[in-house]
Amino acid sequence: MANCKYEWPAAGDRRLIGKSISRIDGPAKSSGRAKYSLDINLPGMLFAKSVNCPYAHVRIKSIDTSAAEKMPGVKAVRVIMGVGKEVQWAGDQVAAVSAVSEEIAEDAARAVKVEYEQLPFLVNEADFDKDKTAGRTRQAAELKVGDPDKAFSDPDVVTHEGHYGIPVITHCCLEPHGHVTEWMGPQSLRTFSSTQGVSAMPAQFAEALNIPANNVQTICRYIGGGFGSKFQMDAWGLASAQMAKDAGKPVKYLLERAEELETAGCRPSGFARVKVGAKKDGTLVAWESDCWGTGGPTPSGVLPIPYVLDIPNRIRRHTFILANIGPARAWRAPNHPQAALLTMTPIDDLAAKLNMDPLQLLMKNADLASEGRGKVYREELQKVAEMSEWSKYWHPRGDKTPGHIKRGLGVSIHTWGGRGHAGNCLVTIQPDGSVTAELGSQDLGTGTRTVIAIVAAETLGLPVEAIRVKIGDSHYPFDGPSGGSTTVGGVSASTRRAAVDARDQLFAAVAPGLGVPADQLEAVDGKIQAKGDASKSLTWKQACRKLGVKTVQAHGKNPGQCMLGSSGVGGAMVADVSVDTETGLVKINRMAVAQDCGLIIDMKTAESQCYGAMIMGICYSLFEEKIMDNITGRMLNPNMEFYKLAGIGDIGELKVHMMTGPGYDERGVIGLGEPPVISPGAAISNAVANAIGVRVPTLPVTPEKVLAALAKGGMA
Amino acid sequence: MERFEYANPTSRKEAISLLAAEWGQTEVLAGGTDLVSCMKDFACTPKRVVSLKRISDLRGIRSSGKELRIGSMTTIRELLEDQHVKQGYPALIQSAEYIRSEQLRNMGTIGGELLQRPRCWYFRLGYGLLAQYNGKSLVPDGDNRYHAILGNSGPAYFVSPSMMAPILIAMGAQVRLEGPGGAREITVEKLYRTPAQPDEREHTLHPNEILTEIIVPRQEGARSAVYEVRQKEALDWPLTAAAVVLKMNGDTVSHARVVLGHVAPVPWPSPEAEQTLEGKTVSEDVAEAAGKAAVSKATPLSMNGYKVQLARVAVKRAIMQAAQGGA
Amino acid sequence: MKQKKEKLLSGKKEADGLTRRDFLKGAGVAVSGSILVGEAQAEANPAEGSAQVQGPGEVPVTLRVNGETRRLNLEPRVTLLDALRDRLDLTGAKKVCDRATCGACTMLMDDRPVYGCTVLAIEAQGHEVTTIEHFSKGGKLHPMMSAFVEHDAQQCGFCTPGFVMACIAFLKTHPNPTMEEVEKGLGGNLCRCGTYWGIRHAVLDAAKAMSAEAEGGLIHG
Repeated sequence: MANCKYEWPAAGDRRLIGKSISRIDGPAKSSGRAKYSLDINLPGMLFAKSVNCPYAHVRIKSIDTSAAEKMPGVKAVRVIMGVGKEVQWAGDQVAAVSAVSEEIAEDAARAVKVEYEQLPFLVNEADFDKDKTAGRTRQAAELKVGDPDKAFSDPDVVTHEGHYGIPVITHCCLEPHGHVTEWMGPQSLRTFSSTQGVSAMPAQFAEALNIPANNVQTICRYIGGGFGSKFQMDAWGLASAQMAKDAGKPVKYLLERAEELETAGCRPSGFARVKVGAKKDGTLVAWESDCWGTGGPTPSGVLPIPYVLDIPNRIRRHTFILANIGPARAWRAPNHPQAALLTMTPIDDLAAKLNMDPLQLLMKNADLASEGRGKVYREELQKVAEMSEWSKYWHPRGDKTPGHIKRGLGVSIHTWGGRGHAGNCLVTIQPDGSVTAELGSQDLGTGTRTVIAIVAAETLGLPVEAIRVKIGDSHYPFDGPSGGSTTVGGVSASTRRAAVDARDQLFAAVAPGLGVPADQLEAVDGKIQAKGDASKSLTWKQACRKLGVKTVQAHGKNPGQCMLGSSGVGGAMVADVSVDTETGLVKINRMAVAQDCGLIIDMKTAESQCYGAMIMGICYSLFEEKIMDNITGRMLNPNMEFYKLAGIGDIGELKVHMMTGPGYDERGVIGLGEPPVISPGAAISNAVANAIGVRVPTLPVTPEKVLAALAKGGMA
Repeated sequence: MERFEYANPTSRKEAISLLAAEWGQTEVLAGGTDLVSCMKDFACTPKRVVSLKRISDLRGIRSSGKELRIGSMTTIRELLEDQHVKQGYPALIQSAEYIRSEQLRNMGTIGGELLQRPRCWYFRLGYGLLAQYNGKSLVPDGDNRYHAILGNSGPAYFVSPSMMAPILIAMGAQVRLEGPGGAREITVEKLYRTPAQPDEREHTLHPNEILTEIIVPRQEGARSAVYEVRQKEALDWPLTAAAVVLKMNGDTVSHARVVLGHVAPVPWPSPEAEQTLEGKTVSEDVAEAAGKAAVSKATPLSMNGYKVQLARVAVKRAIMQAAQGGA
Repeated sequence: MKQKKEKLLSGKKEADGLTRRDFLKGAGVAVSGSILVGEAQAEANPAEGSAQVQGPGEVPVTLRVNGETRRLNLEPRVTLLDALRDRLDLTGAKKVCDRATCGACTMLMDDRPVYGCTVLAIEAQGHEVTTIEHFSKGGKLHPMMSAFVEHDAQQCGFCTPGFVMACIAFLKTHPNPTMEEVEKGLGGNLCRCGTYWGIRHAVLDAAKAMSAEAEGGLIHG
């Protein structure tokens, strides 16, 4: 890493990297000027609406679109699921219509007549025996390490057995899935897509429409939430382009709220019978789990349990349940929140059985974490204990203070990879001094634009505002999709390499005039100057003017030379809750997280990821559930009234600490979007157990479940 | 949303003349937050919508020595800001403050609040008010976690959605209804009923009547409070609610009104709880006993047993709040 | 002039509602639903007078949006939100829950925040509608917007305009709010990315900035 020209500046030389910098697209967003795909209005544009199947599992017997086609204002109708096709979940798009207004399109969609043949369905999977009876189970591979049977049979080993679970939830992106499509010529398409993968979208349209991929341009300047669910063109994307072609007009086809919740992705559930054993001193030695869950009609999501801690003797069996619900899509940290809950809650129960402080138990076992990350976890647990005043507020299970309000603390740890994805950046320096960084990337709200600007500005010795970042267009150099916390590592590395090369080209152009060898120049404070001799300097503008009519352009790639990023982060989170034992209501008092992610580019947006993740975690811990009806097979809460999200008064006080400095910074840039959303479920569940003395075995922790747990009493 | 005709009369008489004599043909538009949502869900599909917004005398609050008269088109925000209400009817303020959305308070009217349609998810998904599917109700064997625990012998299982009706009933309020045959005044309690047929509504308003006024008698010497058990601090529906009005004779309850919300297809007065309170000095134990009495006849469904406990607690806490000085 | 046209149209109505509706329906098709209509139709919209049954086809609707008069032909069922977004390209207010729950469509009517998704456009006539676009006219950010940027009270940004509007309105009634008032007073808006922490601080900060500016006489209204 040493002596590589691309390496990150040393700590003392960083003017911008690691500082708290406001996102550069903040004004566009807060003023409402930012145009999302849902906001795109094109001349003559048509509005598309879906014909949604109201049944969970049916075969299509007939479709009659004639009445819809005849309606004034209707310009195109497309069947998405033809006769004979099997619909696998309620709400799925069977057909679509395009019309001159949203209202007419809706009328027309309702005028499409579809006949269905009913097929057997399963929509609730929590009861494993019922799943089995229904023939909906599919065994996944078993994983066995060591000798769990022997370890459990050791008389010195204390074991705990329990049942735990976390239901299917949805992404509930505020901007629904979809696209505006416009044909620019007979073989040439432009799409305004709400997507996490701008560069990858054209190929999907091209293949489906049988046109050259280079003839498709995808634009996504802003996206109203994705969380892992927006990588695909989807049936509605194709139908949009087809109807746009049929009608000869652009078509806007983004989903309605109900179909967004019913069909545009779910996070698979996870239920498990867990047995975990430790020596009396708390050393974890054995694990056994039988886990099941569903992510829709096809197998998805083997949960990596035991999570983080590689207990030496362990066996896990996983069974997929095939259910008729909207399909699994990556949901921020796929499989990890479920795995954290199914691991950290039984371990917490075991700690209670051992009369141990669970935070101490995690400390003790931290070296079971892979890649030698035990030391980091201990540092993070120590930090989060301070932040949450653990020693002051934690108590053995069951708050003994009189009254019906019981307070408790819970802890969990988590991990994620987050290596930067492959991608390209093009940095251009114009003779007038203006600088652009172009990438076929996208900013999901994580601060991607800002990170690119900071890296380029740091490298070129310019203020952040001097960099024009162009992303969100597939005409820019190919960049990876934004999933799995891979974006920040990818774009920061490619931008760094491009900016260093562009800067060096500029150095070469001005070196002769300054009488200084190019490798003795530096770019700082808006100047190009001789290292250690400010008398030999040019302002940025003067320097660029020396380019004459030449423009400096440099491509940066990731991966590439120099270790600019790596993989593997951790974090520790504590939840502090109060539970009303008469009503079962859980109130968040405080949440705290200590999180590492290597070298932080922008402290402000990094912290925002943690704050946001904790809030999202509160939502799925206390409120969220895709509620399915056994009789009709439909989702009962496909709206935001009963698909509940926390509001501004429901989150308590939040504390974030980013682990930085020696031991962290030299790891380079690592992603952060996923990790802090993993632990809240386990931390909150553990806090509730600490407060009331009994385990509420499944999320969300609703009043109903708290009261049931209290009524049952004793350890679950 | 289906297409509809829109009418915006300027007088009550005109409004009434624009309404059809049977349900389903016309709907009255007040604040719109519920009706427009309902129409978007196709749970209501009127051919004509009659807006009351231009009828100026439906708006405003008048206070006399003996009563408060609230025009049905008075917004929740206007109610919250009214000095007479603040001074003489603090539990009404408390109730309105549970509507945790400034937007809804600005748009929503008290008349609309009382007559909003149930939130039962089967109703909103299009299975009708009685949630009928293949000739029987979906609720008993379906997901009934938010459904009724009282007055639920069928065929209606939804809960009355109004957040303000319980306290108004407890205060002995009346509503004025005007129709083609003239005006009538009935208690708020009598405004509601449990429908027995799919084409019946959950209230006793005639299809061509409008609710014009809410009349609240002066609450002299009364202590009152509203308590909602709700998951969220932010805008949310209560899981259960209780409204209590206690008339005191020194330390003793001389007369009590206890009305539960979100537990039955109608706001649910509890004579059992009232009897428990009357003649007693309120204590934690007495309140607890009243709470128990309030749910003594509860018949929870397969998934909503927890609401019995919540209702019990809501009643107890509302009583304690009222006794300690009230809202 | 105006009165005369109004009379003409209402005269038609009184004579035969169907005829009038057919007339409007025809006009609606001719302008295909989303284009500004001519003076004659627009001014025929009644502000006063006896009850009219309008629709279900398109009828002239005159809106006051951000201080400007906008004339449209709309079916009565068209919401204010859809009218602004689909017909007037005012897309700052977002369509999210579409059922008066999430607040993403928050706008002001006569200075009070409302959910545009459940206001019928035809009912917004005679009211001053103010959208988020109004508060950054000329490119200058409202102090609330600046505070959102400073406190990173936004991620994907889709709930943000609605939240900013709710916060601006909130400060009109709570110029010096406490944290508790902020938590209680902004319960009508939802965010998915989890930006509430930043929003809380943005509101408190904007309140300070605005009262300081107001003292300096820089802010009006």
